Amino acid sequence: MNREDFKMLDNDIVYFDNGATTFKPNCVIDSMNDYYNNYCANAHRGDYKISNKVDIEYEKVREKVKDLIGASSSEEIVFTSGATQSLNMIVLGFMAHALKSGDEVLITKSEHASNVLPWMELQKKMGIVIKYIPLNDDLELTYDNVLNSITSKTKVISIAHVTNTVGDIRPIYEIGKLCKEKNIYFVVDAAQSIPHRKVDVIENNVSFLAFSAHKMLGPTGVGVLYGKKELLEEVVPIFVGGGMNNYFLSNFEVEYSPIPNRLEAGTPNVAGVIGMGKAIDYLMNIGYEKIEKHEEDLKRYFLEKVKRIKNVKIYNPNSKSGIVLFNIDDVFAQDTATFLDYYNICVRSGNHCAKMLIDELGIKNTCRISFYLYNTKEEVDRLIKALENSKNIFDIVI
Amino acid sequence: MNKQLRREIILDNYQHPFHKDKEVDDSYIKVNTNNESCIDNLDIYFKVENGVILDVSFKGEACAISTSCSSILLRYLVGKNLNEVKVILDEYNKMINEEEYDQDILKDLIVYSDIYLQPNRKNCALLPVKAVLRLLDNLGEKNGN
Repeated sequence: MNREDFKMLDNDIVYFDNGATTFKPNCVIDSMNDYYNNYCANAHRGDYKISNKVDIEYEKVREKVKDLIGASSSEEIVFTSGATQSLNMIVLGFMAHALKSGDEVLITKSEHASNVLPWMELQKKMGIVIKYIPLNDDLELTYDNVLNSITSKTKVISIAHVTNTVGDIRPIYEIGKLCKEKNIYFVVDAAQSIPHRKVDVIENNVSFLAFSAHKMLGPTGVGVLYGKKELLEEVVPIFVGGGMNNYFLSNFEVEYSPIPNRLEAGTPNVAGVIGMGKAIDYLMNIGYEKIEKHEEDLKRYFLEKVKRIKNVKIYNPNSKSGIVLFNIDDVFAQDTATFLDYYNICVRSGNHCAKMLIDELGIKNTCRISFYLYNTKEEVDRLIKALENSKNIFDIVI
Repeated sequence: MNKQLRREIILDNYQHPFHKDKEVDDSYIKVNTNNESCIDNLDIYFKVENGVILDVSFKGEACAISTSCSSILLRYLVGKNLNEVKVILDEYNKMINEEEYDQDILKDLIVYSDIYLQPNRKNCALLPVKAVLRLLDNLGEKNGN
């Protein structure tokens, strides 16, 4: 759907790597150009008209994000460089001060590096204990496994809403309820979910939420950290400098600004934030329901057709999101991706930044297809046709 | 070399790589090599005595280009002294970087002379080279050079 809105689609490219990043609709690019061409000024600093317009447009996006995720107030929304920065701020800026040695943090082996490595840093620094919630036979996270992993020492559950490998949709409503009952911080990495489905932070009792704009039709280099107000107030800024202080004196007296500005040191990514705002408008205009259904239809269509190709193995046929992991028998994933590139079909090969999943999957590398709203059944047909021709793969790869 | 022959050599070395997964003992020096930009990851083992590579082995997962290249290069290096190894690597690097090179020195390695046409595969064809360079560095450090 809406293919005419995406200039990149004029290039005869079949793009199935939307889990990595998405194409940007013209309106997003236009909104950023409009800022650079017509009211390019810094935020929060000027007394002149165009600077005032920057403030208005920039803060409007905070409202949009607030509405998108159902936050209580726009103060709870911090603009970051992306989900990675957001997760680092949560772990190193908040948890490093809220937790103590021996406290347990529950994650899974299918988390993205960004939701693993900050915790490992904290483990090294202060002796928190990272525990992995077991996955079921489909490599999915079940409520029961979460429940059974909780001990009296569990202080945090930090998981992706949708994983970027298996693509399982985690039961965050039930897990959030459990966290509330047991007084556990609930950190949700929404990088792979918010481009595709509704995430409500209050309904799901989320303590902190992280996501990036570029996976949801927005620009690169911008994202969001949401924190419940009383928790966000306690986040210690990792970066300090301009834009986040009220005053500082030569006698070393310093006062920082209130949230969210306290956590946005330096000149913000104004164009990026404005582009993200436009991407949110664009997505909301289509509606999550329609996007989800479209991706489900494409995935089902692909799985039905690929059944006929005997040498293609699918690793996650049961997961509910628009992500498919596969390999061609006896072919290294990277060679498969190179082969498909010959047909202008973009898929990702590798371990998809979830390197611990190797333990569970028993295989190091796979190819990943990740669908989005602008993909079509005709594109799936093109992929199927290429896969049917994969017997001659080495004529092309070599 | 024509395209068909080139492909046959690469494919043969990919499907039947030289000394891949050959068991080695503690006398071998292990060097890991991987590409940040892709997913190739190999451990290469060298048995070196008196400045001569006596034997090799390699383990791990890599694409057709990296695997075949490791096979061809490592087979060629067996029996060579470290000075000869340096010459081979220099000529090979020149070829990959589209500079003038000596075909006679590179022998079968010239199957990768067109790899520049696929810039994203250049790193694959350089994967084992990085390991050999690291080996030379390690040996140089050991000898106090």
